Amino acid sequence: MFLTFLHNAINFSTVFLFGSTGETLTEKSGHLNLGIPGTMCVGALGGVVGEYLYIKSLSDVSEMTYGGAVIVPIIFALLFAGFMGLLYSIMTVTLRCNQNVTGLTITTFGVGLANFIGSSIDNSYFSVASNKFFNKGFVSGTDLNWFETLFLSYGTLVYLAIALAIIAAVVLKKTRVGLSLRAVGENPATADATGINVIAYKYAFTIIGSAIAGLGGLFYIMGYVGGSWQYAIDAFGWLAVALVIFSVWKPDLGIIGAIVFGALYIVPNYINVGTKSYIKEIINMLPFLVTILVLIVTSLINKRETQPPASLGLSYFREER
Amino acid sequence: MNEKMKKEPLVHIIKRADIPQWKSWVIRIGAGVIGLLLCAGFSCIFSKDFGGFFAELFNGAFGTERRIWMLFQNIAILLGIAIALTPAFKMHFWNIGAEGQTLVGCLAGAACVFYWGGEIPEGALLVLMLVCSMIASVIWAVIPAIFKALFNTNETLFTLMMNYVAAALVSLCISIWVTSGSGVLGILNFGHLPKIMNQQYFLNIIIVVLITLFMFFYLRYSKHGYEISVVGESTNTAKYIGIYVKKVIIRTMIVSGLFCGIMGWILVAGTNFTVYADIVGGRGFTAILVSWLAHFNPFGMILTAFLVVFMQQGAAQVNTVYQLGPSAFENIIVGIFLLCIIACEFFINYQVKFRVKNKNATPEKKEKKTTESAEREEKA
Repeated sequence: MFLTFLHNAINFSTVFLFGSTGETLTEKSGHLNLGIPGTMCVGALGGVVGEYLYIKSLSDVSEMTYGGAVIVPIIFALLFAGFMGLLYSIMTVTLRCNQNVTGLTITTFGVGLANFIGSSIDNSYFSVASNKFFNKGFVSGTDLNWFETLFLSYGTLVYLAIALAIIAAVVLKKTRVGLSLRAVGENPATADATGINVIAYKYAFTIIGSAIAGLGGLFYIMGYVGGSWQYAIDAFGWLAVALVIFSVWKPDLGIIGAIVFGALYIVPNYINVGTKSYIKEIINMLPFLVTILVLIVTSLINKRETQPPASLGLSYFREER
Repeated sequence: MNEKMKKEPLVHIIKRADIPQWKSWVIRIGAGVIGLLLCAGFSCIFSKDFGGFFAELFNGAFGTERRIWMLFQNIAILLGIAIALTPAFKMHFWNIGAEGQTLVGCLAGAACVFYWGGEIPEGALLVLMLVCSMIASVIWAVIPAIFKALFNTNETLFTLMMNYVAAALVSLCISIWVTSGSGVLGILNFGHLPKIMNQQYFLNIIIVVLITLFMFFYLRYSKHGYEISVVGESTNTAKYIGIYVKKVIIRTMIVSGLFCGIMGWILVAGTNFTVYADIVGGRGFTAILVSWLAHFNPFGMILTAFLVVFMQQGAAQVNTVYQLGPSAFENIIVGIFLLCIIACEFFINYQVKFRVKNKNATPEKKEKKTTESAEREEKA
């Protein structure tokens, strides 16, 4: 019982983890991308479009292969979400528009676009792709021991999310690129003076971040709910933004944070609330309350490592004094 | 120095010191037209009717008397929330929590009706609702403000999170109130604002007009308004001339909360007569755009709120007439349109100069070229 609970929590955490890893990278470059919920929706849309095109190109559904059914949607999701990131970067980096306003509009647009097209796409055989390929772990079956259940029984995207989070953490902490990226987020003028190409960094990591976040939407549709279009992705997007704060801008902590958020999301299904349905609502509130608490505590401690990037939300114009 | 270093960049961006009023309006209207054309183009993909888009857009907003009332009502709600946000924005306090602040106002109002509806006179109930709505919204707005003032907690993220706590709180209360477990609180029978000239929305519109006037004078002619703009421009200057910045932050958010409370009250008592988690319907976020696009000028917001609501309502009509699909269509149209309008601010604040081969070109000529190229770039 507890084992399945943990398994499902880790499985579901993938949605948040992609979103928060992507958003962390973007925020480290000094851009608070509130378009992430919309971007995740568009990522899901991309995945669904990719899957649709792939299935359409087959003469028979039984020909479906792993490469086509999983890799094609992933590439499409990356491209679609990356495009949203590009749009956001053009608006905020080059055109220096207000980041909050742009992000919220990107979310409006992205949620609209994804729901408008995504809900009308023919999703027959999506469940086949989902069951046979997206959710296929190293081992499957019903009589798994605890180790297999907890570590080996997830779909591709779950491992990809964790891998990406670890890679992002290492890049941020240990590499030159990461150091430069942090410098750009903290003080772009200084970074510029040391010869770092600030504009390129901002573009690159906003687009990469958006593309990664898009995979979260893809996982939710194709992995978690099995291929039918859902309208709930943007809500998870906001939780992903919360998770960035919860993990104090550290993608490796984000893995644990995502599991906590995932567990909180699915826990109402596991406890018998009976007539006290309000308990479920209280649990729904918890991730946000905990995030607020983290936000307060980090600002109280006022340690540099746990603060948001110093220039978060500010546009950079080289000629400004 | 090698050749590469000497090369002048192709595009040079310069911050404008000032721009003539008419020129900035030409840019804005240009952006609006481009936005409309893009929207029409997008809708044309599905409806195969380019010209019909504009006709239905107009028809959706002004087609019938009812639609015109709906237009004014929706403008009023959006404008009211935008007005509530403005003092905070002017102080450079990024309050993106209007959604939640209005929502708790709605919740408090509905709670009054739920517990006291029918037991006390209608007039007293309405006043009680107003007071409770305002208190609830102020509490919601002032918590982030206190932490911002005392510990410099990031207000954007804080207020954003408060929105979802508010939404969950509403669901929580409804699940307690509605014992059937349906999760829907039906229409409440008490605490309705009176109809004027047999129009339910007329009073709402009047109240918002009054709020708008008040906010204009508050920001422009009161001492508070002055302090807000000084803190917004530079906290150091504010400290230097003896303004107690922390107090101003907290006080301004209280004002912001008060008006969010009024809007929540209008939503419950004058519009929906019930409460649900989505009652504000994203207007708390849209209001940010409305306020920002108008440069925090209350009268300018009338125009920007009109534009947003016009596009929303018109797009809904386009969607209905051509049967394009889910209501998400409106979001796409509004999104495209707003992105164009937001992007055009760049061309108002900055000047784009291309490298000109002939170094002797007169500056005036360059200027003209800039506006044109600006328009072109925007299209892309």
